[in-house]
Amino acid sequence: MGEILEGLKAAFLLLVTLDSDLVEITLRSLQVTLSALVISSLIALPFGAWLAIRRFRHRRLAIAVLNALMGIPPVVVGLFVYLLLSRSGPFGVLGLLYTPSAMIIAQVIIITPLIASIAHQSLRELWAEYHDLLISLNTTRHQRIKTLVWDGRRALLTASLAGFGRAIGEVGAIMIVGGNIDHATRVLTTAIALETSKGDFSLALGLGFVLIGLAISVNVAIHWLTRTEREGRW
Amino acid sequence: MVNSILPLELQEVVVSKRGRRIVGPVTYTLAGAGTTIVIGPNGSGKTTLLRMMHGLERTSEGRLSWAQAFKEASQRQSFVFQSPIIMRRSVLDNLAYPLTLAGKSRKEANEAAARWAAKVGLGSRLQQSASRLSGGEKQKLALARALIREPEVLFLDEPCANLDGKATRVIEGVLQDAKSNGTRLVMSTHDMGQARRLADDVIFMLGGQIHECAPVQDFFNSPATPETEQFLRGDIVE
Ligand SMILES: Nc1ncnc2c1ncn2[C@@H]1O[C@H](COP(=O)(O)OP(=O)(O)O)[C@@H](O)[C@H]1O
Ligand SMILES: [Mg+2]
Repeated sequence: MGEILEGLKAAFLLLVTLDSDLVEITLRSLQVTLSALVISSLIALPFGAWLAIRRFRHRRLAIAVLNALMGIPPVVVGLFVYLLLSRSGPFGVLGLLYTPSAMIIAQVIIITPLIASIAHQSLRELWAEYHDLLISLNTTRHQRIKTLVWDGRRALLTASLAGFGRAIGEVGAIMIVGGNIDHATRVLTTAIALETSKGDFSLALGLGFVLIGLAISVNVAIHWLTRTEREGRW
Repeated sequence: MVNSILPLELQEVVVSKRGRRIVGPVTYTLAGAGTTIVIGPNGSGKTTLLRMMHGLERTSEGRLSWAQAFKEASQRQSFVFQSPIIMRRSVLDNLAYPLTLAGKSRKEANEAAARWAAKVGLGSRLQQSASRLSGGEKQKLALARALIREPEVLFLDEPCANLDGKATRVIEGVLQDAKSNGTRLVMSTHDMGQARRLADDVIFMLGGQIHECAPVQDFFNSPATPETEQFLRGDIVE
């Protein structure tokens, strides 16, 4: 018990003094996850919109594949990316293993299906609402996607935030492809895992608070966005 | 107007849903100017007929052709739905939307939007989110949005079905203006008073068919069939 209290005290100290390790690790986490988020969103949001307005025979299959991809354990994604990037793998020459880029790749693979799936669901509702109007106005497919993405932007932001929440808290895949190297690929989750196993709870707890803070902010934002969407304030 | 998209010719056109014929075969020519009012009992196919003419329903048999190529024709007609489809945008952006689609500049689109908002009494609500308008205001917005490209043909499916007298009067006024500016109107209604006020000619739908189609005076004064007579008397016709 005393140890935990000591740890908490030290953790608060690290937070309020903006400890350099803590800041560095936090910034790297944000850098990796935000990069992954931007890439994933650029792929997943238009794809979700496209999927929502398409009326092709295999749409169900595509959605099933999306859901299956969402269900792959991140650790397995890590293993897969590791094999691709390891020196003997097909992309070994790029020398990306144990770099932030490798972690971004893994996170992109983990959250793209999630974002696409949520985006698809909400845009499908919007499409059902707009369908007759957009057909009547003789819109091109490109205009339809643009309109859905713009008018569904809050729902899409919600989808992206869900992806962010998933990516920032991910540890298994990041550990495998990043290697948790100090000053290079150490991020919030891997640092917490390491410090905990070393028994240094103060840094682990400090980082934990940062992570919790991020997660809560994301959820508050999602909650707020969903409410404004429902109440028709845009 | 140069190269009118009218006449619209329907030849033995059928619309089927899940293997069941719900409208047709219909042979009809929409030409000339003025207002055609479509009446008939519930489920007689008024909505489906209008949607089919506008290209929202796939035809399963027959031929539907405008005087211009399909793409040209679709750009010069619009549709007002029974329950208005309101975009999750401001009143201004709802109105400007069809113009920005057509490649008009933002400035031009906004000016036209403001002008049309004023015409339907929404001039002071431009920045408001359109989903917060009342039912009548939404329908006025939908009407203005449908007219903003100055279509040659405007289809309306019971646009006043859920509205009070005041909103209905505004909408009828806007429709009369559109008609005198040369827009061909095709509108369904179950309000016989409205039919008499607006119609130049009448289509009477029954069981998915055009049962009778006549100039408004003839239709109301000398109905051609017993079913029409019954319907006008207010009897139940099926
Ligand atoms: N999507 C649909 N699927 C099956 N039947 C339909 C569909 N839409 C309309 N119908 C049927 O077609 C008939 C005509 O409908 P509708 O055109 O809406 O008539 P109205 O507008 O005159 O009330 C009705 O019997 C209705 O039940
Ligand atoms: Mg109807």
